[in-house]
Amino acid sequence: MNTLIAIIGLGVLCLLFEIFNFTKAIVPITIVGLLAVLGLTISEYNSTESYYNNMIVVSKFSTTFSSLFIVLTIFLVGLSHNFYEKHQSKISDYIAIKIFLLAGSVAMVSFGNLAMFFLGIEVLSIALYVLAASDRLNLKSNEAGMKYFLMGSFASGIILFGICMIYGAMGSFDVSDISAMSQSAELPIWFPIGIVLVTIGMLFKIAAVPFHFWAPDVYEGSPTMTTALMSTLAKVVAMATLYKLLSVMNADISESFKIVVVVISMASMTIGNIMALRQNNVKRMLAFSGISHAGFMLMTLLSLSTSAGSLLYYASAYALAGIAAFSVIIYVCKNRDNEDIVNFHGLGKNNPLLAAVLTASLLSMAGIPIFAGFFAKLVLFSQTIESGYLVLVIVAVVNSIISVGYYFKLILAMYTKEPNEEKKATPFVIYAVAVVAIVLNIALGLFPSLVLDLLP
Amino acid sequence: MNVSLILIILFVGALVTFLSGDKLASKVALFFGLAAAGCSIVLLNHFNLGENISFISQWITKPNVSFALKADGLSLAMVLLTTILTAIITFSSFGNVYKNAKSFYALILFMSFAMVGTFLASDGLLYYIFWELSLIPIYFITLVWGNGDVEERRKAVVKFFIYTLAGSLFMLVAFVYLYQKAGSFLIEDLYKINLSATEQLWIFLAFFLAYAIKIPLIPFHTWQANVYQKAPTVGTMLLSGIMLKMGLYSIIRWQLPLAPAAAHEYKYIFIAIGLAGVIYGSIVALRQRDLKKLLAYSSLAHVGLIAAGTYTLTLDGLRGAVLQMIAHGFVVVGLFYVAEIIFRRYETRVIAEMGGIRTQTPRFTSMFLILVMASISLPATFNFVGEFTVLYSLSQINIWFAVLGGTTIILGAYYMLRMFQHAMLGETNSKVFADVTINEGITLVVIIAVLLFFGMFPKPILDLITPSLEEILNQINRIN
Repeated sequence: MNTLIAIIGLGVLCLLFEIFNFTKAIVPITIVGLLAVLGLTISEYNSTESYYNNMIVVSKFSTTFSSLFIVLTIFLVGLSHNFYEKHQSKISDYIAIKIFLLAGSVAMVSFGNLAMFFLGIEVLSIALYVLAASDRLNLKSNEAGMKYFLMGSFASGIILFGICMIYGAMGSFDVSDISAMSQSAELPIWFPIGIVLVTIGMLFKIAAVPFHFWAPDVYEGSPTMTTALMSTLAKVVAMATLYKLLSVMNADISESFKIVVVVISMASMTIGNIMALRQNNVKRMLAFSGISHAGFMLMTLLSLSTSAGSLLYYASAYALAGIAAFSVIIYVCKNRDNEDIVNFHGLGKNNPLLAAVLTASLLSMAGIPIFAGFFAKLVLFSQTIESGYLVLVIVAVVNSIISVGYYFKLILAMYTKEPNEEKKATPFVIYAVAVVAIVLNIALGLFPSLVLDLLP
Repeated sequence: MNVSLILIILFVGALVTFLSGDKLASKVALFFGLAAAGCSIVLLNHFNLGENISFISQWITKPNVSFALKADGLSLAMVLLTTILTAIITFSSFGNVYKNAKSFYALILFMSFAMVGTFLASDGLLYYIFWELSLIPIYFITLVWGNGDVEERRKAVVKFFIYTLAGSLFMLVAFVYLYQKAGSFLIEDLYKINLSATEQLWIFLAFFLAYAIKIPLIPFHTWQANVYQKAPTVGTMLLSGIMLKMGLYSIIRWQLPLAPAAAHEYKYIFIAIGLAGVIYGSIVALRQRDLKKLLAYSSLAHVGLIAAGTYTLTLDGLRGAVLQMIAHGFVVVGLFYVAEIIFRRYETRVIAEMGGIRTQTPRFTSMFLILVMASISLPATFNFVGEFTVLYSLSQINIWFAVLGGTTIILGAYYMLRMFQHAMLGETNSKVFADVTINEGITLVVIIAVLLFFGMFPKPILDLITPSLEEILNQINRIN
C-alpha cells in the first residue's frame, strides 16, 4: 500500500518539478525516489496485510513483483534523459507518465478486488497509449498509438464484460469472496464465461497468439523507449496479473482450460519464432520474440500453485535481458529513421562493449547457460514435466532451437559485417544501464536461488 | 587441494589474458595453460596417493543442483589431455599474428575451462552448463578469426551452432526428466532410479542425439568438414583434439550407465552407426583435395571406430576407446599443425599445389611421416594400442564388425600415404620451403614424444583409467 502511495506521490512531484523549472534534475531525483520506494517495498516483504476493505492486498507475491517493476522502471527512467534529449522541455511529462504507469502495474499485482484490478489495468494501458503516440510529429508513432488504443480499449471492454459476468455469478468483486465461493460444487455458468473473457483480455495485453496482431506494428511504430517499456515492463506486468487472477479466483483451473493454455502456449511460441525469423527490423523481431516468450511464460499457468517463483524468475531474466538489449538499440538507432539490422553492422568493431552486452542479452533470451534465461527455461521445463506436459516441453525445446536462428542473425551482423559509419560517442548512461542490467542477469544466472526461493 | 583449482586457474587465466593487452596475451595464455597442465599433473599425483580430490557444494536449492566435481581415473585422463593440449595449441599459435589477440587467447582459455568442467562435473546440470559454455568460445573463434569467405564461414558456423544446440537441448530434457524421478541431478542419484524399457530408450536416444552431433557420427556429421576447414587452425585443433572427445567421454560417463538396458538391447545398431562412419569417412577422405578437409574426414572415420568401441559395452572396448581418444587427440592436433606449417609457407591447403618439400626440409618431412604413421596406427605408436584394443573388442562381438572396422587402417593407410606422397615427395618444389622454426619444432617433437612413449609403454594410462571404467561397467551391467 505504502508503495503505491509513494509512487503516485513521486509522479505528482515530477509534474510539479516542471512548474518550478527543475527539468534538469528530474531524472536523478526520480531515480533516487524510486530507489527509496524500492527499499520501502522490500521492507514490506514479510508482511501480509490488506487495506481499504480488501482493495489492496500486500503479499509476498505483490512485493516481489512490485520490486521487479520498480527496478525495471529505474532502468527505463535512467535511459530517458538521453532518449528525450531533443524534448527536454517535455521531459517531466514523459517521466511522470512512466511513474503513473508503474503505479498502475503495482496496483495490478496487489489488487484484492476486481475493481482495483481494472483500475490498475486502465492506468497502465492509458499511459501506454500516450507513450506509444508520444513522438507526435511522426506518422508511424501516431499510427501505433491509434492502433494500440483501438485494440487495447476493445480488450479492456472484454475484460470489463468478464468482470461483470463474474460479479453476476458471485455477487462480489472481492477476490477472496469469489475464491471461497468458487470452491462450492455448483457454479453458475456465468462464472467460467467471465473467467474466459478476462483471460482473453489479458492474453491480448500479453500479446499471446491469437491475440498478437497488434504487437509487431505497435512495437515498430512506437518510439524505441516506449517499445522497450512495452516489451519488458508491460509484458511482465500483464503476465503476473493473469497469473494472480487465475490463482486467486479459482486455485484449480479445469482440465479443458489447461488444454487451451497448452495450445495457446504452443501457438505463441511457434508462430512468434517463425515470424521472427523473417524480420529485418530489430524492433519487429523483438516483438515476435516477445510473443514467443509470452508462450513460455504461459506454461506457468499449468501448475498454478507452485510456479509463482519460476514466473518471477523467468520474468526477471527476460525483462533484464530486454532492458540491456533495448539500451543498445536506443544507442545504435539514435537519429536513424528505422531500426533495420543494417544499422548494427560492425558494432563489434565500433563499440565492443555494447556489442558484447547485446550478444549476452540475446544469448540469455535464447537460453544459453550461465545467463539467467537458461535457468528460467530449465525451471519452467522441470515444472511442466512434473505436471505431466512432456509434449509441450518438447515443443518448447524445438522453439528454443528455432529462436537461436534469429538471435544469431543479429549477433552475426555485429561481428562479421563491416561498420557502415564512423564511431560515435556513447553517453555514459547507456553504458551504465546496459552493463548493470546484464550483470544483474548474469548474477541471477549464477545464483538462481536468490530469486527462486522468494516465492513458494 | 581439489580439482576445482584447475578450473580456477583457467578461468582467472582467461580474465588476465583479456586484460593483459594484445602484445602480451599469447605469453600470458601460455603461462596459464602450462600452470593448468602442471596443476593437473600434481593433482594426478595426489589422486594416485589415494587422496580425495573431488569437490562438492550445494549450489541451487530448488531445483536441487550441486556444484559437484568428481575426479576419477577417467576424468583425470581427459583433464590431462585437455590441459596439455591447450598448452600445446596455445604455443603452436605463436607463429601467427591475430588481430585483437587478447580476446582470441582469452577465448581459448575459456574454452579449455568449459571443457575441463565438462570432464569433471558429476552433477547433470552442471555438466550440461559446462557442455554448452564450451560452444560459445569456439563459435566466436571460428566466426571472427576463421579463414575463407565471410558469408560461407557464417553459414558453416551457424549450422554448427544450431546443430549442436539442438542436440544438447534434447539432452537437457532428458536430464530434467531424470531429475523428476530422482529429485537430484547428482550422477550417483541418477544411477539409482529404475526406468522402464521405453523410458530408457527415449533417454538413450536423447543423449545419443547430443553426442552424435558433437562427435560427429553419421548421419549428423554434415557440419563438420566445413567448420574444420573454415576455422582457424587453433579452432580446428580445439574442435577435433578435445571438443569431440567430450561427446565420446559423455557416452561412457552418462549415456551408457544411465540407460543400460537400452544400451544392451540396441548396441548392434549403434556399433553399426559407428562403423558406417568409419567406412564413409575413409571413402570420402580418399577424394579430398584440401588437406584440412582430408584430415577432417579421416577424423570422422577414427571417431566412428572409437564410438563403436564404446558401444561394445566390454571392458576392452571402453579401454581401447579411451586410449584411442587420447591418442587421436594428440595425433590430430599434430596433423592439423603440420597443415598450418605448410600453409604459413605456401599459403595453400590444396594438396596438389604442394609437393617436393622433402628435399628442402628432411627434418620436417620425417616428423610429418611419424605423425602419418601414428594416424594409421603403425605398431609402436599410441594409436596402435588404442585402435587394436577396440578392434579386438569388436571381434569378440562379431568378427565382421572387426573386419569392417579394420578398413579404417587399410583405407587410412591408402589416403594418408597418398596425401603424404603428393604433399611432400616428388621433384623439388620451385617455391622455397623454409625449415621449421624452433617453436614449430618443439611443438611437433612434444606431440611425437607423447605418441611414441605411450605407444611403447601405455601402462600408466591403463592403470589410471581401468578402475573407473570397471566401475562404470558395473553400472552398465547392473540389470543383467
